[in-house]
Amino acid sequence: MVTETEAEVEAKFEEVAKRKSFLSTCRELIRKQPLGAFGLGLVLILVFTAVFADFLAPHDPVQENFDAMFLPPGDPTYILGTDEFGRDILSRLIYGSRTALMVGLICAFTGATIGLIIGVASAYFGGLFDLIWQRILDVFLAFPLIVLALAVVATLGPGIQNVMIAIIFVKVPICARIVRANALAIREIPYVDAARALGYSDARIILRHMVPNVMAPYLIMLTAFLGEAILLEASLSFLGLGVQDPTPAWGLMLTNAAEFFEGSPWLAIYPGLAISLALFGFNLFGDAVRDTLDPKLRSR
Amino acid sequence: MGKYILKRMLLMVPTLFGAAVLIFFLLRLVPGDVCEVRLAGAGLYADPEAIAICRENLGLNKPLMAQFFDFVWGYFIFDLGVSMWTGASVVHEIEIRFQLSLQVAIMATFVATVISIPLGIISAVNQNTWLDYCVRGFAIAGIAIPSFWLGLIIILGLLIITQAITGSPWMPPIDYKPIWEDPVYNLSQLIWPAVATGYRYSAVAVRMTRSAMLEVLREDYVRTARAKGMIEKVVINRHALKNALLPVVTILALEFAFLMGGLVVTEQVFNLNGLGKLFVDAVGNQDFNLTQNLVMLVVLIFVLTNLVTDVAYAWLDPRIRYS
Repeated sequence: MVTETEAEVEAKFEEVAKRKSFLSTCRELIRKQPLGAFGLGLVLILVFTAVFADFLAPHDPVQENFDAMFLPPGDPTYILGTDEFGRDILSRLIYGSRTALMVGLICAFTGATIGLIIGVASAYFGGLFDLIWQRILDVFLAFPLIVLALAVVATLGPGIQNVMIAIIFVKVPICARIVRANALAIREIPYVDAARALGYSDARIILRHMVPNVMAPYLIMLTAFLGEAILLEASLSFLGLGVQDPTPAWGLMLTNAAEFFEGSPWLAIYPGLAISLALFGFNLFGDAVRDTLDPKLRSR
Repeated sequence: MGKYILKRMLLMVPTLFGAAVLIFFLLRLVPGDVCEVRLAGAGLYADPEAIAICRENLGLNKPLMAQFFDFVWGYFIFDLGVSMWTGASVVHEIEIRFQLSLQVAIMATFVATVISIPLGIISAVNQNTWLDYCVRGFAIAGIAIPSFWLGLIIILGLLIITQAITGSPWMPPIDYKPIWEDPVYNLSQLIWPAVATGYRYSAVAVRMTRSAMLEVLREDYVRTARAKGMIEKVVINRHALKNALLPVVTILALEFAFLMGGLVVTEQVFNLNGLGKLFVDAVGNQDFNLTQNLVMLVVLIFVLTNLVTDVAYAWLDPRIRYS
């Protein structure tokens, strides 16, 4: 018989304790932020759909079937109907969640992180460096988002990668501006001077001492960007500049639907619902994150 | 105050110059130009000599810095040049569409204001009741629903409803007539995009009104007003609302500025020939001159609106003084 060492028993105890705390965290979240928990639920459903799209989708999303074009919803094989090429709408919606989520996550994370570094560096160095960066950001912030994104996509050409670059491009200045405002206050706290007196390098002070203290606005921006990135991608795809056929993407499905929607309204209804639900989830979740991290901004 | 405005006007110059640099070089990073799009657009063989002549005519063979100088110099001598695609003057191209975009932006801002301020007040006064939850749900839905999809659904709804009532489907007209020529026709075309975008923008303003009102309602002077026995309506409208409106005004003004150039997608849905569509077309045709002038117009409207809002702030709230 194998006897467990004290360390192993302790490890098990810890594991049980952790599990409990996770469950109680969930319960607390639902009690304190019911809307946020609902939003998180929607987001998790979206993640689940995207990850298991291969198992969930009843058909191949790009498989064309010219015998079954424009089938209305309610068909036994094609539950939500088919589009102008006879492709299954439900499967395209399910695979479309992958595109949306990928764009949302990558763009929000990259955009917010680059903004974070620029914002903190700008506040830390101050002086001419700060002045120049602020003027550059002013220029970017004076463009309407969609106009700037369109200009970038026009430069790089259509396609999902370029759309993502365009979205990151427009998100960076917003995050940089807000993080800088917070970092300016951190800059004045004596520990930054102390770190400098100890001879730490600028990079170390920025990354180890200042960045962790502006995590709250960073995370707020990050969650807010998730939904915005998905919307921007849908808008660009709707204009025909984003994801290209036959890749399934909600915005693109709407573009094609706009041509035929008088006779086949379901083509336009379901992708729009999918975008709205995803944005609804991300917005509720983002609000909850903001309320938790920044009680001053709490939307009572 | 005069000094402040002057200082802000001067600060606009580097922003505008930066925008000019950004858009000028961004456009020219693209391989190809309007001549290639026009002469070899459909993948046809294009005579290199014809392309060279076309570039010569449009000044595209000049060195980049010379082209940039011409572009900026145009603003000093009030000569914006011609559209490289149509050959018409840029001022003309913008002029005929500006009216439509301006009207939609004003109407959408109006819709947003009319929806957001009353709803924001109702929501704040009835905090944490079912009424409040309904308004908040309405607001979050507004942020979540893309305005171009809402536009499609509105058109679809119109088709179905008119079909049911009159027996023949009706769609908003496509060609534009100014409001003073035919107000009914004009409004029957533009009210739908205004509602679709206005709803979305009202959502942000509802939330802003609500949180600003909640903050103000907790102030001592509101308690004093109530303690004096003042009727609740007066307390809300005269004492609380006036002080809560500042951030809401900012949001609505910035949205207006954004709408002037940002209606790109909605115009596509409603087939409107406004600045947004002109911009998409200009980008597609690689019409550098028209694109960069359009962008400069949008940026100018944006920075001017920003300035007017900041000045209005000081005017609305005497506690704010700029130095």
